[in-house]
Amino acid sequence: MKTMTKARLKSPWVMHFDCGSCNGCDIEILAALTPKFDVERFGIVNIGDPKQADVLLVTGPANKRNQRVLKNLYDQMPQPKAVIAIGECACSGAIFHNCPNTLGGVDKVIPVDVYVPGCAARPESIVDGVVLALQKLQKVSEGEKVD
Amino acid sequence: MLSPIIGGILMGIDRKLTARMQSRMGPPLMQPFYDAIKLWGKEPFIASSLQPVLAFGYLGFSVAAFALLAFGQDMLLMIFTMAIADLCLIVAAFNSKSPYSNIGARRELIGMMSYEPVMLLAAISIFFVTGSFMIDSIYVINQPLLTFLPLTFLALIPVLIIDMKKSPFDVSGSGHAHQELVRGIYTEFSGYTLALVELGHWTKVALLLGFASLFWAQNLIIGTVLAFALFFVVLVIDNSYPRLDWKTMIKTTWIVGFLLIIANIAGLIARMVILS
Repeated sequence: MKTMTKARLKSPWVMHFDCGSCNGCDIEILAALTPKFDVERFGIVNIGDPKQADVLLVTGPANKRNQRVLKNLYDQMPQPKAVIAIGECACSGAIFHNCPNTLGGVDKVIPVDVYVPGCAARPESIVDGVVLALQKLQKVSEGEKVD
Repeated sequence: MLSPIIGGILMGIDRKLTARMQSRMGPPLMQPFYDAIKLWGKEPFIASSLQPVLAFGYLGFSVAAFALLAFGQDMLLMIFTMAIADLCLIVAAFNSKSPYSNIGARRELIGMMSYEPVMLLAAISIFFVTGSFMIDSIYVINQPLLTFLPLTFLALIPVLIIDMKKSPFDVSGSGHAHQELVRGIYTEFSGYTLALVELGHWTKVALLLGFASLFWAQNLIIGTVLAFALFFVVLVIDNSYPRLDWKTMIKTTWIVGFLLIIANIAGLIARMVILS
């Protein structure tokens, strides 16, 4: 069990989904993969397949068109998993608040574990958010109840 | 049975070297093992009930092929066992409705079509030197194989690139950054089936590098160094070329592979004629 927890913490594969963000946060996520921040040294790999991902990074506000896709991607990820909302829009809807075509934050559609604010969120804070999500995975792995 | 562990360490070295070439730190050497253990602990999502069986088959046949190499058995049998292992993976990928997985499997078939004839020809060129397809007979000759077959050794480079799924010939299943087919042939695998497929893949990489080390079978250390040199060349190529399409893959592998090996065999025959 201990080995499993360690392995889970050492190899979080992230998947990235853009719910209609302005691409500011997406560029910052990709910046985290560049040599300067190099998240692969923590075993973090950007993977395109929800079935193989552990952490879902969502940017942009949820809206009526993509909520089905977002829900589908979340359901396709096997447990244990974590969701990180990146950027103001994904956290609360931000400037799209109360717009008729958006629903607001991503948490209106799927349960979110970590909120990373910022417009756009900086790579450092994104890496920090992933570390927080790992703490949740650790608790799940050790059998604690997390809500 | 140790072959997946050797392969896993090789993949760790691969990721570390790749990261260093991109001026990054890179993950720890044991990273592939963490990945595999984590995948084993994930909730199982099985796309079709045949897939776990075939994933076990992929690993099993890869280990069997490695055992054939380690115990010095028939080279042709080793190549065919390897092909059966690959077929398990391809059938497993075809066994779902996902278009990504299907296209990935089709491309893997094309990849097999490109490198299998080159492998066979390499085995035939070794036959010209030793007079036998048994791997044991390579240890018996008193001069290293590389002195007879330098060009055949070079022909292993495209084979290794395709089999390790490295750029420029990684059309069937992408590694990390580029994902135009999601994960290609690996798309429908998750959890423990993906862990099994990863183990099988490591074993195959270890197998091919083991085959490369046969070119200096007289001395284990020089043989290992030779295999690592090949490994390093493949990584340099991976980091300096973008992905190419399947037509270029077949053309390059066949033309380069066939020409090199046939030139090598012709040279051997010419030498025999002159000496006699």
